[in-house]
Amino acid sequence: MSFQGYRRQNGSVGTRNYVGIISTVSCANDVTWWISQEVEGSVPFVHGQGCAQTRPDLDQVTRTLISLGWNPNLAGVLIVSLGCESVLADQIAAGIAKSGKPVEMVVIQKVGGAKTAVARGSSLAQAMVAKTSTLRREEFADSELVLGVKCGASDTTSGLAANPAAGATCDLLIDNGGTCIFGETTEFIGAEHILVRRAATHQVAEKIMNVVARTEKRAIAMGFDMRGGQPTTGNIAGGLTTIEEKSLGAIVKGGSRPIQEVYEYGERPQGKGLFIVDTPGREPEFLTALAAAGAQVIVFTTGLGAPQGFPFIPVIKVTANPATYERLPDHLDMLVNLTGHTDFAETGRTLYQEIVEVASGKQTKAEILNYGNFPNIFTIGPVI
Amino acid sequence: MILNHKDNVATALCHLEAGDILQLRIGERTLEIKLRAQVPFGHKFSLAQMAPGSPVIKYGEVIGTSTEAIQLGDYVHVHNVASARGRGDLAKVMK
Repeated sequence: MSFQGYRRQNGSVGTRNYVGIISTVSCANDVTWWISQEVEGSVPFVHGQGCAQTRPDLDQVTRTLISLGWNPNLAGVLIVSLGCESVLADQIAAGIAKSGKPVEMVVIQKVGGAKTAVARGSSLAQAMVAKTSTLRREEFADSELVLGVKCGASDTTSGLAANPAAGATCDLLIDNGGTCIFGETTEFIGAEHILVRRAATHQVAEKIMNVVARTEKRAIAMGFDMRGGQPTTGNIAGGLTTIEEKSLGAIVKGGSRPIQEVYEYGERPQGKGLFIVDTPGREPEFLTALAAAGAQVIVFTTGLGAPQGFPFIPVIKVTANPATYERLPDHLDMLVNLTGHTDFAETGRTLYQEIVEVASGKQTKAEILNYGNFPNIFTIGPVI
Repeated sequence: MILNHKDNVATALCHLEAGDILQLRIGERTLEIKLRAQVPFGHKFSLAQMAPGSPVIKYGEVIGTSTEAIQLGDYVHVHNVASARGRGDLAKVMK
């Protein structure tokens, strides 16, 4: 099977063709947002990080912003910096420029404040859109697809049908030579023994155990039962009793193929196949991790109805809860049959077809609504 | 829905009322259960007698431990099942 995508200078393939307006620090978010509103064809990336954090977190934010800039759905990038933030805007711009795409920068404190920054930034972004919008879609093999998989606002139907359907789709894509990325390490807790059996090497198995232990340790360090935070209040109302139950239903969304590698937050997986990115599953942070990892399309399963998309990645919402599908037609793209079946090959093929169509330009509900403009970057340490 | 023959809980695929009688196939055998409580859509009920401290099994895997005696047909959720993971509260007691 093939899809229609945009060829990038470094050989990657985009499913969308935006100019990304990327904020380096929360203090530059407003200007970033205003520029994106001024310029048709541009998309914002705003977040709450970038300053007054410890070195590991500043490195993580820098790495993530560079990787976001590399995402093949962006044709060019405008960096919006305040000027005095802890992360280095020049370093981020240089890191993105290595991808071969055009990168421009506006620094609010240098140009004389927000109004001037918006005016200058808008001009730069407009010029980039004018240039990159001449690019036309070309045909590519589906082995060029990088699919991100996520579940959110889960109930028991997620584990029974929506996640197995996503898993069947992942298996299909990997068998066709493509790439799938999943994560949400908190939702490996209680199911890590199953994931470990699928690790491609002993080292990968060890990494899976380590990231799960690290995540659980962080939760335990707070001195409370994790339940209520994970599973969430909504998960519990939806019938999920423990994190173990949630995890056993969650991991199946990654399918059944060997896990090739485990990556840190903000890293870009190398090669093809199935990969894990270590990050908690909360939407604003995890969708960013998938975008940073190079996903061009995301499948997002939900039980109770999670609305989030992402500024420059089409997010396909799938549910197996028929009441949710009926109640939230603005948000949900696909209903998976729940009626007690265990063979998801057919459903997996239907979802695969949808992914190819979306990759080729079909708009998802989240895109049509323009929902999901407030993602974040996951950090570990305190704000200092 | 029963996902694995080892499971001692099943998931309701529609809203079920106390007193409802269900005929369930588990592998080769058939089990008749009279529900002892209301079970909402997507929630679980017991397929077996469980003493306090028993493993609760779904997907053929342990999803938690019973915190009280659970009867056949009981509603099974956070009121009678505890998680073994992410228990910072227990870590505090152990200090």
